[in-house]
Amino acid sequence: MINSYGFRKFKNRLFFILCAICVIIAVIPLASILLEVIIRGAPQLSLTFLTATTSRGGIGPAIQGTLILIGLTSILGIPIGVLSGVYLSEFGNNKYAQSLRTINNILTQFPSIIVGITAYGIIVLTLGTFSPIAGAVALAFIMIPIITRTTEESLKLIPNSIREASLALGAHKWRTTLNVVLPAAKSGLVTGVLLAVSRIAGETAPLIMTILGNRFFFQGLDKPMAALPLEIWKNSLQPYPEIQAQGWGAALILILMVLTINIAVRLASRSRMKT
Amino acid sequence: MKLTGDKIFKILAAIIAASALTILLITGYTLTAGSAPVLQKFGLNFFFGQQWNPVEGREVFGILPYVLGTLATSGIALLIGVPLSLGIAIFLVEMSPRSLSVPISYLVELLAAVPSVIYGLWGLFVFRFWMLNYIEIPISKYLGWIPLFNSSHIGLNIFTAGAILAIMIIPTVASISKEVLSAVPNSIREGAYSIGATKWEVIHRWVLSYGRSGIFGAIILGLGRAVGETMAVTMLIGNATGSAAMPTSLFQPGQTMASLIANGFLDTTRGSLASSAYIGVGLTLLFISLLINVGAHVVMTRVFKVKGGAVE
Repeated sequence: MINSYGFRKFKNRLFFILCAICVIIAVIPLASILLEVIIRGAPQLSLTFLTATTSRGGIGPAIQGTLILIGLTSILGIPIGVLSGVYLSEFGNNKYAQSLRTINNILTQFPSIIVGITAYGIIVLTLGTFSPIAGAVALAFIMIPIITRTTEESLKLIPNSIREASLALGAHKWRTTLNVVLPAAKSGLVTGVLLAVSRIAGETAPLIMTILGNRFFFQGLDKPMAALPLEIWKNSLQPYPEIQAQGWGAALILILMVLTINIAVRLASRSRMKT
Repeated sequence: MKLTGDKIFKILAAIIAASALTILLITGYTLTAGSAPVLQKFGLNFFFGQQWNPVEGREVFGILPYVLGTLATSGIALLIGVPLSLGIAIFLVEMSPRSLSVPISYLVELLAAVPSVIYGLWGLFVFRFWMLNYIEIPISKYLGWIPLFNSSHIGLNIFTAGAILAIMIIPTVASISKEVLSAVPNSIREGAYSIGATKWEVIHRWVLSYGRSGIFGAIILGLGRAVGETMAVTMLIGNATGSAAMPTSLFQPGQTMASLIANGFLDTTRGSLASSAYIGVGLTLLFISLLINVGAHVVMTRVFKVKGGAVE
């Protein structure tokens, strides 16, 4: 009876429904997060909120700080990440590159708070002050492995015939790589960089012990600085509803930044990479 | 031997590519050096003690409650998150038409894009009350006499933290499982159908067992994500310290290694024993995380080397 055709069909139907329910359960939090952030954050939005300092009820310093962090981190992280990826892809057929690749994969899974302690140890203790530099170093440690990996992957998609054509014209390997292979892989590179930026824009844990937070606008590379994720965290811990509401407003700005980048990148790369 | 442009370029790239190794070594060195004082003073008691007192002159540091707290929250995350992720992966690969599976994959991947601190904010003001009203209060009302379900009725506890981690590991586990299931050759499915199996039988007897080591790898990677996750957990776990943080009940406040550091590290004076203790917690977390991720790497390379078709 237990193996009758009807019962087997029933089990089949049941598991189809269960799997569909799993999908729905996973989408509920996403929908709820987006809804709540919009409902609670949108009423906060105003020119003052976006540009004023904390004491005047705005998150201007936090937005500025996050943009500065993204800039500094990109200056540190993008060249190193892209060149590492170039090495792994173009010269990576040896044991040295193989082990670097493994280490790199492991680094992409690193707990971000550990990166924060490291940057605290090597930068904050050395300079004797919390600073945007320490924050940028911490975030670069997160960004470099991601960009290395995406760069390697997008360079590997470039067919060898293109490299050979350039070499056959008498170009050196380095010229081929810089002037032919990299431009050909441009859209893949940009995708990787943007995804890395959207990832570090939302990182909070490493910022706690590196940039510390600040109620005022940027005061120099050797002073504590504000950032959106820190602002959200600190505001959420306050008992006052109007400050919590500011946290939701900051969350709306942050999620807009992060999701815009993500969705734009995915839409743009959909035609390129068929999944 | 002449130093040509090509050689210079190659050597330069090789040096820069060593940045991965450099980051790993710097991290290892900084954490080891920073935690040396506390390890010298307390030795093994640092790992097996339960007391935590950063007051100068009366310092005691034991991290057992936080290690167990990390294991408890990650365990809950896997128990809830893995079945959901597998359901999603099976739905995407085996059941849904392509027109539906592409947008659903997007949505699931967007879950990974949401910053951890926003999970924390949403958890603190929304999700926590779902857990409190629909799970914690009903269960503790009827089963509260079992120590495991002893409740403090605020919703900030180990279970809530584990549940939000479950949501956060879904994108990782689901997308890798999806790849693993897609890599199972169609001939396996066709063979099973041809002897009269239903779709469910094909999936659970053949497809899942063929892909089981890959799915195991996906689960370990999910575990790695759960263990290192900081902000959302910090905001939801209730932040107990000392022996009160021992994870004895699902519905009592606890503490993980990452959340302990996020909460307390800044309150220490530079170079103090307390500061060293927090770095020691970081070192332990680093070690556990390395262990998990190296394990995942070994499993995944083996899987995709033996069975990989499209995946490199």
